[in-house]
Order: sequence, then structure tokens, then C-alpha cells
Amino acid sequence: MEIAVLLKQVPATESLIEITDDGISIKTDDIKWVINPYDEFAVEEALQIKEAHGGSVTIISVGPEKTTEAIRTALAMGADKGILINDPAAEGCDGLSTARILAAVLKETPFDLIIAGQRAVDDDNFQVGPAVAEFLGIPNISMVIKQEIIDAKIRCHGTIDGGTVILEAPLPALFTTQRGLNEPRYASLPGIMKAKKKPIDIKTLADIGLEADRIGKPLTRIVAMQIPPERKGGRMITGDSAQAKAVELVRILHEEAKVI
Amino acid sequence: MSQGVLAIAEQIEGVFRKVTYEALSEGRRIADRLNCDLTAIILGADLDNISKELGQYGADRIIVAQSPTLSEYLTDAYTTVIADYINKENPAVVILGASTQGKDLSARLSARLNAPLAMDCVAIRFEENNIIATRPMYGGKILADIALDGNPQILAIRPNAMTITNTAGAGSIEKLDTDTGNMVLQFIEKSLDTGKVELTEADTVVSGGRGMAGADFTVIEELAQLLDGAVGASRSAVDEGWRPASDQVGQTGKVVSPNLYIACGISGAIQHLAGMSSSKVVVAINKDPEAPIFSKADFGIEGDLFEIVPLIAEQVKKLKGRI
Repeated sequence: MEIAVLLKQVPATESLIEITDDGISIKTDDIKWVINPYDEFAVEEALQIKEAHGGSVTIISVGPEKTTEAIRTALAMGADKGILINDPAAEGCDGLSTARILAAVLKETPFDLIIAGQRAVDDDNFQVGPAVAEFLGIPNISMVIKQEIIDAKIRCHGTIDGGTVILEAPLPALFTTQRGLNEPRYASLPGIMKAKKKPIDIKTLADIGLEADRIGKPLTRIVAMQIPPERKGGRMITGDSAQAKAVELVRILHEEAKVI
Repeated sequence: MSQGVLAIAEQIEGVFRKVTYEALSEGRRIADRLNCDLTAIILGADLDNISKELGQYGADRIIVAQSPTLSEYLTDAYTTVIADYINKENPAVVILGASTQGKDLSARLSARLNAPLAMDCVAIRFEENNIIATRPMYGGKILADIALDGNPQILAIRPNAMTITNTAGAGSIEKLDTDTGNMVLQFIEKSLDTGKVELTEADTVVSGGRGMAGADFTVIEELAQLLDGAVGASRSAVDEGWRPASDQVGQTGKVVSPNLYIACGISGAIQHLAGMSSSKVVVAINKDPEAPIFSKADFGIEGDLFEIVPLIAEQVKKLKGRI
């Protein structure tokens, strides 16, 4: 089973996000970069599938050179090798052009299974996984919490709003992860040592046969960013007893805020 | 030339999702601004009884793609039917709800059509004649304005963000001959949590955190039910195994924007705040007077949630005349 995991390096979720002077990007100086949490589930699931069915796990990413840190972490968890597309022409890609680059890599090396995070927690786009599957002409199943591979098929439990659905697809296929799929392992010390010797191929767009103009001009552009108005602390409900506080709260919510 | 607005309706078991009405209403406003028609498209196996309802939310035309092969949402079949229709009709704007299904469908459609997609929009406006879509990034810590180039412009709108507007119109119904193409995905089965309000669509959310101290969420569930709301949870409550992952509110869970959000025993980590800050009214109940959640809540009660929450529920019952 040849498995590819699509991975993005993102700011840790505890990061304080600030906007730069250009108004359309964020300050990156003090940010701690990590593997996108949904991609961590993808790495873990790929490793479990490899442990059950054999094969290898390849981590594929598009990003600046420091993305190798995140790829190295996935290799320390147990993945076999990494491919990073690092090209100035790939900067400023939107979700669709990123998907086009990833699909070009995946066309060069065929895989039985591709696993992606449902979204990256920076752009929150939910677009790359299904778009990669579309460009490769293979099926995708979104927001998976459980999967099993039988013969040349994969059966996935996907979450939908208000329930779950079980779908089956022939391989090769792509699925995206949902929290609950697994508990990602920590890299062990021997794993970290081994990872230092594992290969990470750093390639340009030309290396994968993609001319810069073929990834297409971004179809979506950020034209402004703002920090949402900060919520201000309001009033503490006081009262002689818990009962009095509850009565006062419900009165306010009903009569003043008019939300119940 | 591209013209018209197409709204994709989403139904499950013959019931429209609330976000479908929001997408139609917003689609109507865009169509009025562009001075063009709003067309709704609906896919499924048994749509005769529900299709015409879409006319009450502004659709001039209702395209019904009815086929046994469309009884369940399957990415490949739905993408093919809708993409073929879009290629034929060439709408300028496609609008749909960013539900789990809508996210999957819109992403695949954008790739099939090479069309710009603004995911999870919370507001849409015009600058001259160009659409600017506002969408959260970084789990809601940033609001970004997005310009879209190319056609059609696909807008997936976040549930609970846009206003529903009823119209008097009826909408003409047209059947669409469907060709689902080569389908490889196979539906096996589904299970729905009946009677539960979907977290992202709920008008009221009552959430519990570490202060719940265990998996017994009865007090939270009772209050949520009285308010016709949904139950949410903080990441620590989910990590402890007290609630399913689908209940998690926050940057790595769901982002909710209800009218009323009641946080019980939740300290208010930055990742959780990112998931609920766009709620209209926030109430926090916590034993710790220093809990950061109090600095973000409109109303706070310091105290034991196991004492306070049932008392609130009792007051709500009285208010609703149930006692």
C-alpha cells in the first residue's frame, strides 16, 4: 500500500495572530509553526494502515523551506520520506493552485491512497483535499472518523451534519480527516534519530514538470484583513443567592437581550 | 456572458437545511443587486413535495434533478450533475451553504469548473460591481475580505451568518434530465442523531468544559433542550472522552455563531474563544472569578455550575409556562 499524506505547516493554534502593515498578511516573527492538527491525524492514520497492510508513507507539502521541520516531525513519527515543493512561484497560491501543484506531484508517483486534513487551521479553506482528488480523477470522502481497507476498496465512516455516513470507494482514493479518527503518536527519540537520515526531496515547479504559468493565477485574493471586534467583558450578575442570580440572568436574557 | 445567480439547495430526508434558506435569501439579495434572476437547484430522489417551498425564499426558477441515483449525497454524482448544469447555464454566481456537504461539494466544483471559491463566508458585499466576500481565517482570529476572479464565483456561506428573508413569489418548477456520469462512490448506510439540533445551525448553544468534571452532561443537556438548542463542549471535555468530537467548539472543532452561547465550566482558552466569539450574546458560568471567559462574556455568573444551571433551567421553564 503506497500512501501519500498531504501536509501543511501552520501557526500553532495558541498563537496570537496580528496583521502586518500591508493589511493582507499576518506577522510571522513570533509564531511557533507546527504540523496542521488535521494533517497529524492523516500521518497517524497512514502509519496505522502501513503497519496493517505494509507499504510506505510519503509526506508531500508545498511551502517555504522551513516546512522541512514539519515534514521531519512526520518522518520522526514513522513516515518514510518527504517531498517539498519549494518555489517562489508557488508563494501566494490559493487553494486551487496549491491543489494543482500537489496533483502534479502525485501524478508523477502513483499512490494507492492519499490522506489529507479536512482543512488547514490557517486558511480554513476545506478546499485542497477534494480539489486534489478532482485533478487526479479519483474519488474523495470527507471528514472521516474511521476507515477499513478490504481488497482494493476503502470503506469510510464520514461525519455529516447531524450524523455519520458510511461510503465505499475503489482505490486509488483520497480521504480527509476529522477529529476522532485516531490519537496521533509522539515522535520517539529513536524515531527522531532515524528521521535525520530519511530523505526529503526539495523540488521546484520545473522539477515536477509544471511551468509556473500553468498553476494558474490565483482566482481568489485577500484584499483586506481585520481583527474581529474584540468581545468586551460585560457585567457580572450579582445576587444574594444562586437562585437570585439565576432569576436575574433569565430576566436579562429575556427582557433586555431578547435571546430567550 | 455569465448571468444569473444559482443557489444550490441542500435537503436531508426531505427536509431543507436552515442554511439553504440563508443561501437562497442571500442569493436573492445578490440577484437584485445584479438585476438578474435567482435559480435554485435541488437534487434528490423524492422531491415532489418540497421543491416549491424554495420559491418562498426568492427563487424565480426551481430546477429539480430527481433520480433514484441521487437519493444520497455522493460527491461524484452531485458534482457531475451540478457542474453540467452550470456549464450549460453559465451563472455568474453560485451560492450554497458551507455545511459539511456544501464544503465538500463546493471544493470539488471549484476544481471541476476552475472557478474561484470563497469558503465559509460570513458577509457578502459589493464594491462597484465586484463581490467582496468576508470569511474567517485562523479559526476566526482574522476576518479576511476576498476578491474573486473568474466565473462562476462560488460562495459557500457559513450557517447562521446570513438573514433569512421570505418572499411572496412562487417560482416556476422545471425538471432537469440528469446524467450522473460514472459513479464510483458507493453509499452503504447512514445514521442520523434524530431530534438533535445541529450545533452550527443552533440559535442557542450550551457548552460544558473541564468544570463538568465528568461525562455526566445532564444539566447542560436539559438546559439546551429547554432552549431548543444544541450541546457543545470544549476541547478538554472532548479530549477527556466526555463528549464526542462532533460537539467540540473551537479552532480545531466547530465555529458557532448562535444568538446565545452559554459557557459552563469553560475557562476560555484562545482556541475556544476563536470558535464562539461571533455569538451574539455570551453567558459564562464559572467557579473561578479569574477565568478568562468572563472578560469575553456579556454576562457572567460566578458560582458552581451544577447549582446555577438547573436554577436557570427552572427559570426558563417558568418563563415558557411549563410549570
